[in-house]
Amino acid sequence: MDSVADLGGATGWGTVEPPTPQDKDAVFHEAWEGRAFALTLLTMGRVSGQNLDAFRYALGRLDSKSYFDDTYYGRWLNASELMLVESGIIAPGAVDARARKNAGESVEEPGVPEENKPDYSATAAGSLRQVEEAPRFAVGDTVTTVADVESDANKLPAYVRGRTGVVEAVQPAHVFPETHARFLGEKPQHVYSVRFTSTELYGDDAEKFELTIEIFDDYLEEKA
Amino acid sequence: MSTALNPDEHLDGSGNRISPALRTEALEQLLTERGLVDPNVMDKFIATYETAVGPLNGAKVVAKAWTDPEYKARLLAEGTAAIKELGFAGPQGEHIVVVENTDSVHNVVVCTLCSCYPWPVLGLPPAWYKDPAYRARVVREPRKVLSEMGCEVGDDVEIIVRDSSAEVRWLVLPQQPAGTEGLSEEELIPLITRDALVGVAHISAP
Repeated sequence: MDSVADLGGATGWGTVEPPTPQDKDAVFHEAWEGRAFALTLLTMGRVSGQNLDAFRYALGRLDSKSYFDDTYYGRWLNASELMLVESGIIAPGAVDARARKNAGESVEEPGVPEENKPDYSATAAGSLRQVEEAPRFAVGDTVTTVADVESDANKLPAYVRGRTGVVEAVQPAHVFPETHARFLGEKPQHVYSVRFTSTELYGDDAEKFELTIEIFDDYLEEKA
Repeated sequence: MSTALNPDEHLDGSGNRISPALRTEALEQLLTERGLVDPNVMDKFIATYETAVGPLNGAKVVAKAWTDPEYKARLLAEGTAAIKELGFAGPQGEHIVVVENTDSVHNVVVCTLCSCYPWPVLGLPPAWYKDPAYRARVVREPRKVLSEMGCEVGDDVEIIVRDSSAEVRWLVLPQQPAGTEGLSEEELIPLITRDALVGVAHISAP
């Protein structure tokens, strides 16, 4: 299943927003963006008992309006709200009700729900882990990614599925976002930077370039 | 756990979508009045990324690499450790890999799945990096996208796109412009721009 966030290689997006010179560019363009940023960091780290992969997973489950139309930090806000509702910290609709009340509407606000935080604590800080087993692949090995992924929490973008490339680097092992995001365990595993040609990704007519992307061990087929 | 928010949510009594600004204010109220979030801590987070952690850090790393060949070798071999020598570390910087742009290779960085970015050296990402058009297109037609952004890359230069799909964070070591070889680190730092450290700009001599 593809998430709304899986944009790599998609067509129809038009030209890129031209860069604003750095000395004229604000980190937050409106005050609320900074508030939404800080609320997200605090809720994912301390309030909902969740983790960075869970936050990305929440982003990927937003509907298209909540992902695109509310702009970047609105997307963060929406993902935070989703995590807080799922953890039973706030009731569904509580944020909308308060916002409408603040705007002068007569609205009844839902009460505080029963907390339902995931039973979760990380085994270590951050996302990198030690793995005893030697990596299956070495630099220079030819590898092929799986063609199908089942979980909606997967981290294998559609444009690199079922493609063959070469291992450029063996990176430090990571927790596996697909399970970690859903509190099903860290499942630490090796991660490879894999180099693909553009023709492997898009066919013979593609613009000529190469691309490297980090691929989790679970997404690589057995050695040929 | 897979219940996405209802797309009909976030409407006011007249059926208009409530702005994220108003909903941010509402969420902050709901959490602070229960003591779950401290607005002063929020202020500190915002100030940190508005002032302390930004692309000036990355510029310092690059200026040192341009003027100190031994540092450059360490930076390309063990990016995270070499960057930490200058005091830069923290969230979104667990494992930073530095790649060098040369006469024959041009690296450019993206995160197609979200907006992963090396915060300790560049701060929070600019608007163009988060733009769906950039995320979608730079992994499909990078030379064209770079050209549209004002970064021409010669046909004889190989482009390598780096899609940050895990916790590896990429930093581009741009080419030092000709004629700046005698400048000090302090003189070089103001020339080094954020966009060049992601690979969508070249650096010009003063």
